[in-house]
Amino acid sequence: MTLVRAIVRELIGLFVDDGSFALTIIGIVLLAIASAGVGAPMAVTGGTLIVGCIGALSWSVLVA
Amino acid sequence: MDLSFWSTDAPAVGAAFFASLVEVVEAFTIVLAVTAVRGVRPAVLGTIAGLALLILLVVGLGPVLGAIPLHLLQVIVGILLLLFGMRWLRKAILRAAGHIALHDEEKAFAAETTVLEDEARRDGARADWMAGLTAFKAVVLEGVEVVFIVIAVGAGRDLLIPASIGAFAACLLVLVVGVLVHRPLSRVPENRLKFGVGIMLSSFGVFWTGEGLGIAWPGGDVAIIGFVMLFLGTALLLVSRSRRQLEESAP
Repeated sequence: MTLVRAIVRELIGLFVDDGSFALTIIGIVLLAIASAGVGAPMAVTGGTLIVGCIGALSWSVLVA
Repeated sequence: MDLSFWSTDAPAVGAAFFASLVEVVEAFTIVLAVTAVRGVRPAVLGTIAGLALLILLVVGLGPVLGAIPLHLLQVIVGILLLLFGMRWLRKAILRAAGHIALHDEEKAFAAETTVLEDEARRDGARADWMAGLTAFKAVVLEGVEVVFIVIAVGAGRDLLIPASIGAFAACLLVLVVGVLVHRPLSRVPENRLKFGVGIMLSSFGVFWTGEGLGIAWPGGDVAIIGFVMLFLGTALLLVSRSRRQLEESAP
């Protein structure tokens, strides 16, 4: 049981270190999915993804 | 050799190799500590049991991956790559700037050895069993990360075999060098590897999430190189800015 718990914890830790950073990334992806869903131009969806990710990274490092 | 080899195949193999190298070095440090405290037998048995469980996991996951539609798989893998790659990149930037301490394999080895020695004193006859379990846990936990990395960089573009070769090469390299030097591989530049791999995985993450959403990236696969340049430039700027911030706040 301890091993299973450790594996689950390790798996979550693979993707989530700073909770707010992970949530921001998921938020950006959801925004891109919504943008694709409403039929926005692909440049907008792609721009949301790349600019959002670069922005999230910069913000997260600079406030650390 | 066509351009897509350099924009997708080579980065996928490289990312799988270097990311796996980081994980396998960490597992090796723990297995080595088990060898140093309790001998080769529990270390080898724990490692073999861990590898067997990982093989079962891979064999079980294969058909599941094949059943997921490609676009959905690209979005899922893309999101996981973004979470994983950007987490590594963020940490590597903060470490390079001096905000957080670098990972030290010698320290990790010493800490693990102390824990195992304490357990041996406490558990007596069960000490070998506990040591074997420690090796097993290390192999499974770090191995699961390697399996994820291989799936993440390979599944979106039918690159599972090249990515597996990259990961296998990393395991082999660590094993050979580890057996030869028989000490923690502390000279592996872990943070530089994480910095580079973080950039590659983040770039793959953006590319595959976009492809899964139906985006036709300008230049096709070559767009990945553009993302790599963008993440690299941003990361280098952030290291320099962050370092300056730290110097300015120092008394």
